[in-house]
Amino acid sequence: MDALEILFTASFWVAVIRIASPLIFATMGELICERAGVLNLGIEGIMTVGAFAGWFTVYSGGDLWAGVLVAALAGALFGLLHATLTVPLGLSQHVVGIGVTLLATSLTYFTYRLALPEVTSPPKIEPFQPLAIPGLSNIPVLGEALFTQTPLTYLAFLAVVLVTWVLYRTPVGLAVRAAGENPSAVEAQGISVTGIRMGAVVAGSALMAVGGAFLTMSAFNSFFFQMINGRGWICIALVVFGSWRPGKALVGAILFAAFDAYQIRLQQISGGIVPYQVFLMMPYALSILALILVARRTTYPKALMIPYQKGER
Amino acid sequence: MRLEAKPAPTLAVTLLFPLAAIVATLLLVSLLVLAAGASPFSVFYLVARGAAGSQFALLETLTRATPLIFTGLAVAVAFRAKLWNIGAEAQLYIGGVLTVVLGTGALPLPSAILIPVLMAAAMAAGALLLLGPAVLKTRFGVDEVVTTLLLNFIVLLFVSMLLEGVLKDPMGLGWPQSQKVVAEAQLPRLIQGKRLHLGFVIAIIAAVVVWIVTKKTKLGYEMRAVGHNPEGARFVGIPVNLVLMKTALLSGGLAALAGFSEVSGLKGNLTLDLSAGYGYTGIVVAMLAMLNPLGVIASAIFVAGIFVGADAMSRAAKVPSYIADVMVATSLLTMVVAILLTRYRIRWR
Repeated sequence: MDALEILFTASFWVAVIRIASPLIFATMGELICERAGVLNLGIEGIMTVGAFAGWFTVYSGGDLWAGVLVAALAGALFGLLHATLTVPLGLSQHVVGIGVTLLATSLTYFTYRLALPEVTSPPKIEPFQPLAIPGLSNIPVLGEALFTQTPLTYLAFLAVVLVTWVLYRTPVGLAVRAAGENPSAVEAQGISVTGIRMGAVVAGSALMAVGGAFLTMSAFNSFFFQMINGRGWICIALVVFGSWRPGKALVGAILFAAFDAYQIRLQQISGGIVPYQVFLMMPYALSILALILVARRTTYPKALMIPYQKGER
Repeated sequence: MRLEAKPAPTLAVTLLFPLAAIVATLLLVSLLVLAAGASPFSVFYLVARGAAGSQFALLETLTRATPLIFTGLAVAVAFRAKLWNIGAEAQLYIGGVLTVVLGTGALPLPSAILIPVLMAAAMAAGALLLLGPAVLKTRFGVDEVVTTLLLNFIVLLFVSMLLEGVLKDPMGLGWPQSQKVVAEAQLPRLIQGKRLHLGFVIAIIAAVVVWIVTKKTKLGYEMRAVGHNPEGARFVGIPVNLVLMKTALLSGGLAALAGFSEVSGLKGNLTLDLSAGYGYTGIVVAMLAMLNPLGVIASAIFVAGIFVGADAMSRAAKVPSYIADVMVATSLLTMVVAILLTRYRIRWR
């Protein structure tokens, strides 16, 4: 197949949306945290926890949706740990974030080994199946790409709508955005900055964990070590790339996924002339490039990474 | 609740809180051990015995501590200047790459010259690797946390490419590994027939040198000033960006020495499992040492002991050796809380 023809096949775009889905969840999660003023570097570990918790719930006989719920709760729990240390205690968001990632990842691996000491190949579950939306899925290419996905992908898009609506159309969203820009103004309204920030980190972490669960419950059907493979860090880059706006971040995630899906296909038709590692490097290199491109014209939430102490100015 | 600054703590208090952090970590990890159906006392005993219960165990712990001293120093230096280098893993591998590129026969030199040359080359490569993110930070405002993290993945793939390509050992039976370095490029063992090698001594020397640089030189003062308050540092005429560049060079170079020392002193060749996450563990090592270069030696040995001891323990008791990773991660978090409590008191209303 010609390298350009790939772009016009429906199967390519179906793959793009599938690859984008976990990134969309986790990017929305990180975006909420950062809009409230907290950089959450726990993302990589929280996605790992979510991937394991969701898969393990189903493996132990639970329902698929119960798995999603358990993943979200597990993510929220680690979010609460992160928030407690960084918001009221004001500890370094860099150090705590890395610590939460290390703890979440190692706890997951420990639990996996404890629960499944004997297995050599990871056990499989029956994952979410594609659910074609009648009518819409018959539209050529675009309809097929968007409307023959699994329910979790539809949930990812719903999450973008929900996050946008909450952030820009509700008082809570206003408080979240203000907490990341000008926390004293929030406190002056009689709203607790600590409460808002902690809530944002907990909710955001739950979303990240569902992003991880997508991998084990929808994209694949089992859990294996190092399966997040830097996706969390890529989502942090996507938040910056999207200038902290849900819509732009969604576009970024889809662009990124398109690139990722394209490199996999190029790899197949390149016939081994170029080492496969070069293709695998591209997503990470692209993320760095994207950061450089937008760096000059982005405006960070002004209070990002600055702890807030009541009564301090 | 709010935080209230306390008067500067006495030395006793400063030492007491890290101890409390370790006790808190042991208590939390005990819960996991209980969940695994084992007795915490016997598990901790087995870990301690596996880490320091015999000459063999102790030497193994010191061998494991060697790369952690280098990566711990790399992180301590960078974090002191608030340069968030999370890329020590990548810098380590690049150091390993340079060691095998130049150490497998390319340079026909005697040991006394070849080893310093390899060290310098490895350090230069690691330094340059971190200079990139540092320049992106100072020139474009790109957060170095993300760039150094992403570089870890890029460099590991790059090493994988080299090991399946130009650096592949033709006699390696198809495994992705490099040739062994020549005898002149190998660091001697400290005790005949044991694994502990000269790299450990070099690591101790590096820690002393870094301590002198950070405590006794102008650069060290500037690094601390930049880390403490970049605006203030700029105001008093410290060239903040230049200091960050120098910090990056020093930090990247130190991390690369871990790769050099593992190849040259222990493994002999480069493989994709040269580092068991030493770059990331270096962050914990540095934090446990409260970013003090001499403290890094002690905390690296402590952390190495946990890993070595847990390996031995998991063979005897039915507790997964990942308990070591959990302990190390937990101790990082309890430690930052402990440091906070030495400086502030929590008022609940």
